[in-house]
Amino acid sequence: MRITKEEVRHVAHLARLNFSEGEEEKFTSQLNSILMYMDILNGVDTAGIQPMTHAISLGNVFRDDTEKESLGAEIALEGAPDGKMGFFGVPKIIE
Amino acid sequence: MQYEPVIGLEVHAQLLTKTKIFCGCSTRFGEEPNSNTCPVCLGMPGVLPVLNKKVVEYAVKMAISTHCRINGTSTWARKNYFYPDLPKGYQITQFAHPIAEAGYIDIEIGGAKRRIGITRIHMEEDAGKSIHDDLSPFSYVDLNRAGVPLIEIVSEPDMRNTDEAVHYLRRLHEILVYLEICDGNMEEGSFRCDANISLRPKGQKEFGIRAELKNMNSFRNVQHALEYEIQRQRAILEGGGGVPQETRLWDVSQCVTHSMRGKEEAHDYRYFPEPDLVPVVISDAWREDIKNALPELPMEKRERFLSAYNIPPYDAGVLTASRALADYYEEVVRLCERPKIASNWVMGDFLAYLNEAKLEIGESPVPPAALAELIGIIGDGTISGKIAKEVFEGMWKSGKNPGEIVEEKGLVQISDTTELEKIVEEVLEANKKQLEQYRAGKDQLFGFFVGQTMKATGGKANPKIVNELLKKKLSMS
Repeated sequence: MRITKEEVRHVAHLARLNFSEGEEEKFTSQLNSILMYMDILNGVDTAGIQPMTHAISLGNVFRDDTEKESLGAEIALEGAPDGKMGFFGVPKIIE
Repeated sequence: MQYEPVIGLEVHAQLLTKTKIFCGCSTRFGEEPNSNTCPVCLGMPGVLPVLNKKVVEYAVKMAISTHCRINGTSTWARKNYFYPDLPKGYQITQFAHPIAEAGYIDIEIGGAKRRIGITRIHMEEDAGKSIHDDLSPFSYVDLNRAGVPLIEIVSEPDMRNTDEAVHYLRRLHEILVYLEICDGNMEEGSFRCDANISLRPKGQKEFGIRAELKNMNSFRNVQHALEYEIQRQRAILEGGGGVPQETRLWDVSQCVTHSMRGKEEAHDYRYFPEPDLVPVVISDAWREDIKNALPELPMEKRERFLSAYNIPPYDAGVLTASRALADYYEEVVRLCERPKIASNWVMGDFLAYLNEAKLEIGESPVPPAALAELIGIIGDGTISGKIAKEVFEGMWKSGKNPGEIVEEKGLVQISDTTELEKIVEEVLEANKKQLEQYRAGKDQLFGFFVGQTMKATGGKANPKIVNELLKKKLSMS
């Protein structure tokens, strides 16, 4: 076992996901098989190889500091369930 | 028991780019809420962030100026947490490989130098702004700030008292503003500081449990919050208790820190490499180009002012507090070639009028050339130092040259010995009683006669000649 049901529950909570008892079992077992596969990969000799941080071996993709037209508040708020005076209204965050 | 504070600071500085870090939206402050937004900074699915090159340049500038090692390759990461002002559910930041590490800045308190280590500098995006209203069951979110570029500068826990912390902050602030990469406005949040502080028994090596302080939006608040926290933690330790590790908010209205509850889990950020952004690679050539374009930094300028102009350290400190003021002073000195008198005028009347009128250096009605001319005519005896203050006031109000003011108001100094001799004689004649007392040995009355003569000439008499004449006349019986 590489991951316990409690850990799965914790990660689900951090991601604000609600799982049923059955789903917790299922994901625990699936995640375990993924992590166990990592153990196989860990067996590969990688001595002297730089760790990758990206799938493409490319660096320095930049844009210049030039302004582009923004959407504007009206369009930005179009999909918001609760647009109040140009703001996104959300349930109160602090008491 | 004696306790020693251990302080480390994290500074977030908003970079003065025109556009956000990963999209072309404007970074202007104070616009209509949510007007500077686009699918990238709103966190819409399927969009791709593209890095603003200027952000990298600015971060490298700061890294060089704080003696950091620039990492040839640095990478991006996602820091995951939920908050309404973070539309993507993660902040793009640098984690495992920041752009720069292991630097320092030197601070000086009362002549004693201290070196404060800088752990790392990394680039990241700012979050939006949430507004809370006590009476409403809602919070309101403005995403204009979401995606504004930041650099975070993390210090080593090297500071041992609140003075050191504030000095370090001021130096950092000064460098950022000198480099013109941050406007340094603490109230608007373009320069923000969080502090980690713990106490340990004096002499102990291990650090104590720290509290993280937030919400301090001025240097004074940082100092007060740290001072409060030292008292609070000392009281807990002296009472035999333990300081809990927590985040606390500075409450400026009550001058206390409050625990910020319910953040325990928020520290599980599950960082992982950002797949949407490729690494940043800084070649030696690029780094050298940026280095060569750096302006003179405040510390270097201060040293140069001391040696080149031979002015006191205090003067050098005041004059180099901003680049604009230092440039103004240097231009005055270049034109009048009297560094100390120029320093007195710039630090004295010039700054006083400027502050009174709440103007920036560039808005001053007295340009450097006019002040240099004024110092010139004091030096050649055309006007006295005292009259010069009146002339300066005239220059400030009218924008005219000192020469014009002197002529208009008839303020030319009287250096004609014959003319002054006559006036001195009249003064002595009019003050016979004092003259007798003086001759009877009351030497301190000399100043009285100088004063009377100056008064009789409306302050225009050349004080040096008046002194000589009086000495001569008074010694005659």
